[in-house]
Amino acid sequence: MAAISRDDVAHLAKLARVEMTPDELDHMAVELEQILGAVKRVQEVATADIPPTSHPLSMSNIFRDDVVKPSLTNEEALSGAPAKAEDRFKVPQILGEE
Amino acid sequence: MTLDYKSATEKFEPTLGLEVHVELNTNSKMFCSCATEFGASPNTQTCPVCLGLPGALPVVNGKAIESTILIGLALNCSIAPYSRFARKNYFYPDMPKNFQTSQYDEPICVDGYLDVEIETEDGPKTFRVDIERVHMEEDTGKSLHVGGATGRIHGAEYSLLDYNRAGIPLVEIVTRIIPGTGKYAPQVARAYVTQLRDILRALGVSDVKMEQGSLRCDANVSLAPIGSGILGTRSETKNVNSLRSVERALTGEIERQANRLEAGERIIQETRHFLEESGLTRPGRSKEQAEDYRYFPEPDLVPVTPDAKWIEELRAKLPENPADRRKRLQKEWNVPDAEMTSLINAELMDVVEETIKLGAEPTRARTWWLGEISRLANEKEVAPTSLITTAFVAEIIALISSGDLTDKLARQVVEGVVSGEGSPAEVIEKRGLKVVSDDSALMVAIEAAIAAQPDTAERIRGGNIPAVGALIGAVMKATGGQADAAKVRELLLRHLGQG
Ligand SMILES: [Zn+2]
Repeated sequence: MAAISRDDVAHLAKLARVEMTPDELDHMAVELEQILGAVKRVQEVATADIPPTSHPLSMSNIFRDDVVKPSLTNEEALSGAPAKAEDRFKVPQILGEE
Repeated sequence: MTLDYKSATEKFEPTLGLEVHVELNTNSKMFCSCATEFGASPNTQTCPVCLGLPGALPVVNGKAIESTILIGLALNCSIAPYSRFARKNYFYPDMPKNFQTSQYDEPICVDGYLDVEIETEDGPKTFRVDIERVHMEEDTGKSLHVGGATGRIHGAEYSLLDYNRAGIPLVEIVTRIIPGTGKYAPQVARAYVTQLRDILRALGVSDVKMEQGSLRCDANVSLAPIGSGILGTRSETKNVNSLRSVERALTGEIERQANRLEAGERIIQETRHFLEESGLTRPGRSKEQAEDYRYFPEPDLVPVTPDAKWIEELRAKLPENPADRRKRLQKEWNVPDAEMTSLINAELMDVVEETIKLGAEPTRARTWWLGEISRLANEKEVAPTSLITTAFVAEIIALISSGDLTDKLARQVVEGVVSGEGSPAEVIEKRGLKVVSDDSALMVAIEAAIAAQPDTAERIRGGNIPAVGALIGAVMKATGGQADAAKVRELLLRHLGQG
């Protein structure tokens, strides 16, 4: 895997809506590189006969029946919201997207 | 604009691509047991799973998987023996989890097709639309942008979120690019969405109401000079929420692109929004910076691995393809094209079929639904099917066929049923609408008519058959219009020695 560049970190920061200073970008590029290096060791044992997995248990087709169960009340749903209005979650203006 | 649609398509060749999103009509959401009812008050159908609260664990709705496989089979797709969900990461408050659970490189259904027929100048022509994939995902919440003049995001002071819709099962059906439609591109697109809607409705997997957003279409189109063999830059028009709009949006977009190209400008790859009032599109988000959703397999969900037995069980449940069914019924009923089109446009084919199944004579079933019942529905501005049941219509038609009701009386019965006076039998009873068919009762009226017009009676006896009209009129008047005119004529002529 290619090294993590400062530009990669800047791109990720933008996607994650995290503001970072130039110093922080430099610092994070080094740190992420180290983390990736550690994780990379997994690839050493991931040979062709070990299929990639996304779940710790080898299960499939776990389904529920299509049955409605009670939801939260409006008050409960909004109880953790930092801001609310008109029975809805209130969020800051959304910029740059439609 | 300098190029109109006709000249635009004489110079440029459009290439289409269509993405249709359909909300399934399951009772509960995709990954949690919240209800999915349309129009519930805001944030009353949410739970820790669909609100993305920490520690919540999603579980797949089996019915939704079944519906998706059915859709895939109806669209001639292969069903993947192994497929997985993936997280589509993005920051936008319509998904409280900051990702949408979707499918990425392992969709449930792949490689299908749908043949759509349109009317061209050279008669009906069939286009094969290749389906690239059918995958499962979840719908997003609804945003309300407050402040600003237009209700658009730009200039809004804040947004309000209702997550009732977040997590409703959503199936995305993606075509491959559709080349070679030429100037018929907008009609092919409309026919495709129409046929898809009919299939989804026949499968019973969705309400397919475009105006409520349970069926939505994004239309991609690009232009290239005819014969150039190159593929132009495409735009994607979103929010197209009626069949007519699919056609209008593409017509407008083809004109717009052609004029830009004609003026030497380039097409920007972007998302555009359809404006219902003007039929034009306006630019939305530019896709110049490629989207980066950082998809990865959803670790909270296990793979879906439908076995052949399950798939074949579902295949056996597939209803007849609606387009084939239409052709079959048209043949069985022996209906001219124009009338069949009227039936389909009025969405009356199903009820007519049902009415016929209940024993009604086919021509009468069609005439009553398309005629009197549609007329009343028009007056009341409701759907014909909401006025009267197929069973009642079949009952009334049976009474016409047996001679117990004339068309005129039957109209009164229909009107009575529609105004809530009860069943046809009750309306007939209450309004006293039965045809006077008792010969002896009729004979009294006939004798009276002959006695009142002896000259006319004499002319008929002498062979002047058409003169019987005057006597029929008199008998009908005497019986309050409740006699069968044909029967009256027969009795009169027989009585006057002409039968
Ligand atoms: Zn929920």
